[in-house]
Amino acid sequence: MFQFLGLGPLTWITFLPILGMIIVLCIPSGNDDLGKEKSQNLFRWITLGITFVQLVIAVIIMFNFNIHLVGVNDESSMQFVEKAQWIYLSGLPLIGDVRIEYFVGIDGLSAPMVLLTAIITFIATLSSWNIKKSAKGYFAMYLLLDTGMMGVFVALDFFLFYVFWELMLLPMYFLIGVWGGPNKEYAAIKFFLYTLFGSLFMLLVMIALFFAVGSFNMFDMMNLAKYNPNSILAGISTTWRYIAFGALFIAFAIKVPTIPFHTWLPDAHVEAPTPISVILAGVLLKMGTYGMIRIAWPMFPDAVYHFQTWIAIIGVVSIVYGALCALGQFRVGKRDFKKLIAYSSVSHMGYVVLGISSMTSEGMVGAIFQMFNHGTITAMLFIIVGVIYERAHTRSLDDFGGLATKMPVYTGLMMVAFFAAIGLPTLSGFISEVLVFLGAFQTFPVIAIIAASGIILGASYMLWALQKVFFGKLPEKWQGPWDPTHLKYKTDDLNFVEIASLAPLAAIIIFLGLNPNPMINLMTASANHLIEFVKLSYPLAGM
Amino acid sequence: MNNYQVFIDNFVGSLGFFKPEIAIIATFISAILLDLMFKNIKNIAGYVSIVGFIITGVFLAQLSGQSASLFNGLIVVDPFSTFFKFIVLITSLLTVIMSFSYKELYEDNRKVGEYYSIIAGMTFGMFLLCSATNLISIYLAIETMSLSSYVLAGYTKEIKNASEASLKYVIYGAFSSGIMIYGMSILFGATGSMDVNTINKAILSGNVNLIPIIISGLMILVGFGYKISAVPFHYWTPDVYEGSPITITAFLSVASKAAGFAVFIRFFKDAYMYSSIDGGNIWQSLPGFDWKIVVAILSVASMTLGNFVALWQDNIKRMLAYSSIAHAGYLLMGVTVMTNAGIGSVMIYFVMYLIMNLGAFYVAQLIENEIHSDNINDYNGLGSRAPGLSVLMAIFMISLIGIPATAGFIGKLYIFTAVIEAGAIWLAVVGILNSVVSAFFYLKVVRNMFIRENETNKSKLQFHPATQVIAYALGALTIIFGLYFTPVLAWAQNSIQMFF
Repeated sequence: MFQFLGLGPLTWITFLPILGMIIVLCIPSGNDDLGKEKSQNLFRWITLGITFVQLVIAVIIMFNFNIHLVGVNDESSMQFVEKAQWIYLSGLPLIGDVRIEYFVGIDGLSAPMVLLTAIITFIATLSSWNIKKSAKGYFAMYLLLDTGMMGVFVALDFFLFYVFWELMLLPMYFLIGVWGGPNKEYAAIKFFLYTLFGSLFMLLVMIALFFAVGSFNMFDMMNLAKYNPNSILAGISTTWRYIAFGALFIAFAIKVPTIPFHTWLPDAHVEAPTPISVILAGVLLKMGTYGMIRIAWPMFPDAVYHFQTWIAIIGVVSIVYGALCALGQFRVGKRDFKKLIAYSSVSHMGYVVLGISSMTSEGMVGAIFQMFNHGTITAMLFIIVGVIYERAHTRSLDDFGGLATKMPVYTGLMMVAFFAAIGLPTLSGFISEVLVFLGAFQTFPVIAIIAASGIILGASYMLWALQKVFFGKLPEKWQGPWDPTHLKYKTDDLNFVEIASLAPLAAIIIFLGLNPNPMINLMTASANHLIEFVKLSYPLAGM
Repeated sequence: MNNYQVFIDNFVGSLGFFKPEIAIIATFISAILLDLMFKNIKNIAGYVSIVGFIITGVFLAQLSGQSASLFNGLIVVDPFSTFFKFIVLITSLLTVIMSFSYKELYEDNRKVGEYYSIIAGMTFGMFLLCSATNLISIYLAIETMSLSSYVLAGYTKEIKNASEASLKYVIYGAFSSGIMIYGMSILFGATGSMDVNTINKAILSGNVNLIPIIISGLMILVGFGYKISAVPFHYWTPDVYEGSPITITAFLSVASKAAGFAVFIRFFKDAYMYSSIDGGNIWQSLPGFDWKIVVAILSVASMTLGNFVALWQDNIKRMLAYSSIAHAGYLLMGVTVMTNAGIGSVMIYFVMYLIMNLGAFYVAQLIENEIHSDNINDYNGLGSRAPGLSVLMAIFMISLIGIPATAGFIGKLYIFTAVIEAGAIWLAVVGILNSVVSAFFYLKVVRNMFIRENETNKSKLQFHPATQVIAYALGALTIIFGLYFTPVLAWAQNSIQMFF
C-alpha cells in the first residue's frame, strides 16, 4: 500500500481538507476591495486544489481497489486499512477497558461513496466560484464539512464514525445559516435539530453496543458471538434489540430523509446556496443509507428481518409521497423549482431504502448504485437551478420559458440530468432503478408495483418542469442584462466554470448508463456478502 | 492526660494534611494586609491571591493519592476530595485572572482588595466542604462559603440588580440552610452522633426509627440542592446569576457547584448507603427508602426545567444560569446511577464543564466590557466585529450542547455511559431529548453572532491581547479534551476512591 509521509491514502483523503482549512484560516482576508478580491481568489483556488488532489487520490484508490475482497463484517478483507490506538484506558471501574481506535478502511460498500464524495466536493467548489460574502469563512467551513463527510465513509470504529457524523453538523449549520436565502435561520436550525435528535439516539445505541462487546470496533459489534450474555443487546430477536435497531434506523432515516422525517429537507434545500444544495443532495443524504448498510443492517440482522416489510413500506411511501409533493409544486402558488428538485430527492432516496430492504443481491447493488447515481444526477439538477437563479434571481417555474433557444448548451446538459432523473435507458439512473425493482419484486411484489408508479409520477413532474422552463415563450423580464455593469445578458449561455461543473457529471451519467460494469463490479462482492451475512447470521443465532 | 496527648498528636498529625487549607488562610490574611499596606498598587490583593492559589496547588498536588482522617474525624483527605479541591482551586484562580479585565468591577475607582480576599475566603469554605465528614464541619463549611458568596454577589452594590441579587441570595440561602440544620438536628437526635460514619453505623444497627432518618435526609438534601441549584431549589439561581458581577457568576456556577456535589455525594454515600458491598463500587440504599428515585426526580426536573426556561432568555447571564441548572441535572444523572462509574462520570463532566462554562462566561465578560450589554440580541453581527472571540464563543456553545470534537461531548458520553450501564435507559433518553432542546438556545447565541447582521454598529471591537489569552487557552482545551481525553479519564479514575 502506498503511503505519503507515513500516512495512507484514506487518512490523506480525509484530513487533507482540514489542512486546507488551516491554510485558509491563516491567510488574512484583506482590508480594501482589491485585497479582498485577491484573497477570495486565493481561497477558491486553495479549495479547488485540495478537492482536486482529493479526487486524484480517490481515483488512484479506485484503480488499486481489489473488487474481489468482500469486507462488510470481515476485518481482514477491508482495504487500505489504517489502524492506530486513539484512546486506551484499562481497568475503569465497571466499564473495564476503554479502547477507541483510529480505524479506517474501505470495502465495496464505501468505495463508491468515497469516489462520489470526492467528485461532488470538487464540482461544488466550482459552483462556489461566485461566493462573495466572507469567502474565508465559507471555504473554511466547506473544507471542514468535506472532512466530516469523507470521514463518515471511511471510519470503521463506531466512535470515530460518530465523531465524523456530528462533525459535519456545525459547518452545515453555518453554510445554510450564513450564506443561505431569506428564511435561512429557520432552515439551518431545523436541519441542526433534526439531525442532532437522530444522532443522539445513535449515541445511546453506540454506548449500549459498546457494553455488549467491550470495544467500539464495528466488526466486533457485528459478531453476535462476541456479545456479553449479560448485556441488554445480547440474544436474538429481543425487544431491546428491536428498540436499538429502531433508534438507529430513525437516526439514519432522518438523514436520508424518509417519510415522515423529511420535512427539514425542502427547507434546507430551498434556503441553502447552490453548492451546498449540491453537497446536501449529492453526499449528505447518502450518509443516511450508508449508515443503514454499514451499521444497522449487519449489527441487527434479526431486527432487519423483523422489520423488513415496514422498511420497504417506508421506502415506497417516500417514493410516492415525495413524487406527489414534487408534482404538487405545480399546484401551489410559489412553484419553486428548487423545492421540486428537493422533493424529487426524497422520492429517489426512497428507491435506495426499498432496495436495501429487499435483501436481494440485485436490490442491494441497485441501491448502492442508485446512491451514486442520485448523487451525480441531483447534483447536476441543483447546479442547473443555481444557474438560472444566478441570472434571474428567482426560482419560480412561472418566471421562465423558452430558454432552449437562447441557451442551447445549458439546455443540452439539462436534458441529460432531467432524463437521467426520469430513468431513461442509456442513462445511469435507469440501470440502478431497474436493479432496485428487480430486487424488490422478488421480495415484495405488491410494494414493488406500487413503487413503480413513482416512475410515472417522476416523469410527469420532470417533463412538466422541462416544458415550463425550456420550451414556450421567453418572458419579458428575461430580456435585460443580469449584471448591468458588465452587460452580461440573462440569456447568456453557460460560462466556462458552469460548463466545467456540469459537463463531467453529464459524462459520468452517460458513461455509467452505457457501461455500468465498472461501478457495479466495485460493489457486487461486498453487497452479496452483506446479504449473505445478514441472511446467514439470522438462523444461526438460534431462530 | 493520655486523652489529651492523643488529641494533640492527632491535631499535629492532621496539620500535615491540612497544608492547602492553611495556605489559603494565609493567602486570605496576607491579601487583606498587603492591600492595606500597598494602597497604590490597585490589584495587589489579586496578585497575592494568584501566588497563594499556586502555592495551595503545590500543596494539594503533594496530597494526591493520600487518604487520612483529620481532626478526630471532622474532615478527611482522600483522592475524591483532592479532585474536587483542584476543580475549585482552578476555578478560583481563573476567576481572579478574569476579574483583572472586568471593567464593571473597576468602575468609579472601586476598591477591589476585599473582592479578591473574599474569593480566597470562599475558596477556603469550599475546600472544607469537599472533605467534610461531620455534620458540624459540613454546616460550618457551607456557611463560610455562603457568607462569602453573598458579599461577592452584591459587590458592585450601587448597581441595583447586584444588591437585589445579593439580598435574594441571602434570604433564600438562610431559608435553605435553616431547613438543612433542622434536618441535621433530627439526624443527631435520632442517632446520637455528628460523625457521618457513626450515623451510618447507627442506622445499620437497626435500632433507630427510619422515618425521622429519611425526613432528615430529605431536609439536608434541600441544603445541598440549593448549593448545586437543582430544581426545585433553584429559584435563586437566575436572579443571582443575572445580578452578580459576571466573574462571580462564573465562579458560583462552577466552584460552588463542585463543592456542593462533592459534599452531596460524600454525605449520602457515607451516611445513607451500605458501605461495604462490592468494594464500594455499587451503592445500595439503606432499607426503607430508595434514594435513587429521589435523585433521578431531581435530575429530570433540573435538566428539563433548566433547558426549557432557557429557551426564552435574552440575557446571556440568565441563559447561562438556566443552562447551569440543566447541567446540574446532567450531573445528577451520574449520581443517580450510584456506582463508582457514575461518580467517575460526574468527575469527568466537572473537568469539561469547568473549561467550557468558564470559557463562555469569560467571553461574555469580554464582550460585555465593550458593548456594555448582556443581551443576546446585542450580540448581532459580532461574528464580523470580534471574529476571534465569536469563534471561541461558538466553540463553547457547541461544547455545552455536547457535540463531538469538544470537551462537552466527552463529559456527556461518560454520563450516558454510566447511566446505560446501570440500565436506566429512560433516564438516558430524557437526557438526550434535553440535549436536543438545549441546542436551540445555545445556537441562538451562535446565530446572533454569525447569521444576523448588526444594522446600527458595524465597527470592529478592540480587545487587549493579554485579556484574551485565557479565553483562547480554554477554547483550545475544549477542543483538545474533545479529541484526546485520556488524561482526564485517568485522573478521574484515580480519584474515585473515597476514604470511607
